[in-house]
Amino acid sequence: MSLAGSTTDTSISFKLKVWRQANAHAEGRFETYEMRDIPTDTSFLEMMDILNEQLIEQGQEPVTFDHDCREGICGMCSLYVNGHPHGPATGATTCQLYMRRFKDGDTITVEPWRSAAFPVIKDLMVNRNAFDQIQQAGGYVSFQTGGAQDANAIPISKEAADEAMDSATCIGCGACVAACKNGSAMLFLSAKVSQFALLPQGRAEAKRRVKAMLAKMDELGFGNCTNTGACAAECPKNIKLSNIARLNREFICAKCAD
Amino acid sequence: MPRDVASRAAKERCDKGFGVNNTGKAVFLDFSEAINRLGIDVIRQRYGNLFDMYEEITDVNPGELANEINGVKYYNPMMIYPAIHYTMGGIWVDYELQTSIKGLFAIGECNFSDHGANRLGASALMQGLADGYFVLPYTIQNYLSDQISVPRFSTESVEFDEAEKKVQANLDHLMGIQGKRSVDSIHKELGNVMWDYVGMARTKESLETALEKLKALRKEFETNLFIPGTQEGMNIELDKAFRLRDFITMGELIAYDALNRHESCGGHFREEHQTEEGEAKRDDENFFYVACWKYNGYKYKLQT
Ligand SMILES: Cc1cc2nc3c(=O)[nH]c(=O)nc-3n(C[C@H](O)[C@H](O)[C@H](O)COP(=O)(O)OP(=O)(O)OC[C@H]3O[C@@H](n4cnc5c(N)ncnc54)[C@H](O)[C@@H]3O)c2cc1C
Ligand code: SF4
Ligand code: FES
Repeated sequence: MSLAGSTTDTSISFKLKVWRQANAHAEGRFETYEMRDIPTDTSFLEMMDILNEQLIEQGQEPVTFDHDCREGICGMCSLYVNGHPHGPATGATTCQLYMRRFKDGDTITVEPWRSAAFPVIKDLMVNRNAFDQIQQAGGYVSFQTGGAQDANAIPISKEAADEAMDSATCIGCGACVAACKNGSAMLFLSAKVSQFALLPQGRAEAKRRVKAMLAKMDELGFGNCTNTGACAAECPKNIKLSNIARLNREFICAKCAD
Repeated sequence: MPRDVASRAAKERCDKGFGVNNTGKAVFLDFSEAINRLGIDVIRQRYGNLFDMYEEITDVNPGELANEINGVKYYNPMMIYPAIHYTMGGIWVDYELQTSIKGLFAIGECNFSDHGANRLGASALMQGLADGYFVLPYTIQNYLSDQISVPRFSTESVEFDEAEKKVQANLDHLMGIQGKRSVDSIHKELGNVMWDYVGMARTKESLETALEKLKALRKEFETNLFIPGTQEGMNIELDKAFRLRDFITMGELIAYDALNRHESCGGHFREEHQTEEGEAKRDDENFFYVACWKYNGYKYKLQT
């Protein structure tokens, strides 16, 4: 490889099959759009922008989809591309997906997250408020952890800190739920529980937290986990399945202490 | 090297046509020296996440050996370009973080309070935390303590009706323009005006040009905008239009203020006012104040 950056001038043309649905109660359908000469350096969302610009030019309504940071840190982009949440790339969100992953002449299918707990708002935008509610049920530390000095006086091993950090990288996108045949939110929940369970500051409220968050998850209509592992395979942040084991352990310990 | 100096230098090279990549909008960031000194493992531990993200975006792995010349190893460099990621200054607030609208508080990046003309690395997140953790819990009570005796407002009031009418008129106006331009196309144009004329290096001429362009852009927005769909239900274009209108106002305000400040100071760099080393040259004699602009229906009044 030469010293130059990626300066491909290739472009591709393809068919885009996009799910259109006016609102939660309307019937949805696929619309097919012809996309021409899209440079492969275009990001997937930029490609959607190009489509929308074309639609608006023709006086039509653009495709509604969620997005915000476009750099893989906020979890807003939630497109189901060619049968995979966040598309074919592993360890990446839809906004980090680039058109060079596709070939000239392809048909690319774009759907919203499909899950009972995530109703469609419009087109590809779904309501993920259920995740907020789970977080609100216990995904925080509610007491003063002390000043910087006290915090520095609590020793934390590098392994625990690293593992907690890995769990904390969950961006709450919901791909795990969309990937799961049961529509379970266990990977998300396990990441949110683990990031605290691994640290001394999180221990004080550990029992209350895991019970409250699990109860909320059940109440909101997410399915039960049967350990298929589709969630971890599709998670853009590579959240490990072992978090679910920790979640179960935390829950059993909390229940035993009741 | 301070990031404003590095950023200006990167943009200057690209503007002069020396940029790399097929867009010409990038300079190389070379990790070779650091990798040769510390080893790839140390560098990957620090920047591995960034390298992976970069590879996903560009298809180039910055940690990969690219060339060896006279025994010196060169690794794939990264293409970088400066981007805005903070707004210096903001909504006026008093010491309690209350805006000029009673009961409306502004905290975090949107207020002007914690930074001067520049901010230090990592202190933007600090500002949000400090405002929310150390200030607001002790000041908002001063406002709330008087509120306990105020009866609940009813939506049956004249003020509510007026506010509702105003919002409705605004919605009707935007939906009714039915022009030719999409929100995004105007937004992009706004971005380019701000980047080219009100950016990291400014001059009197560039700022005057910007103000003219922004005036024309506002007219384009108010008369030639096209929002498809209806007001009812989710309409992302309508949502964006409201924001864009605010962005144009904010762009204008930044340009006015920059034009008015005949000195360089922090993130505000006027090319006419620089030292021989290219550093910001301040004029504390005349500009040692926080400029506060009052909204006056798209005209702005300076209060110091
Ligand atoms: C790419 C990037 C990198 C950065 N890196 C760093 C860094 O390394 N260190 C650092 O210290 N700072 C960094 N910053 C700056 C820092 O992240 C921000 O200054 C900070 O997050 C601002 O926090 P905030 O809570 O004040 O505002 P925001 O986080 O912007 O929150 C504003 C909230 O208001 C909501 N909102 C907007 N309009 C409405 C409305 N009409 N109704 C209801 N809600 C609304 C928004 O959805 C949003 O949630 C970075 C910024 C960017 C963009
Ligand atoms: S666990 Fe992974 S897939 Fe699930 S919400 Fe978090 S980041 Fe997204
Ligand atoms: S838009 Fe933020 S993660 Fe994709």
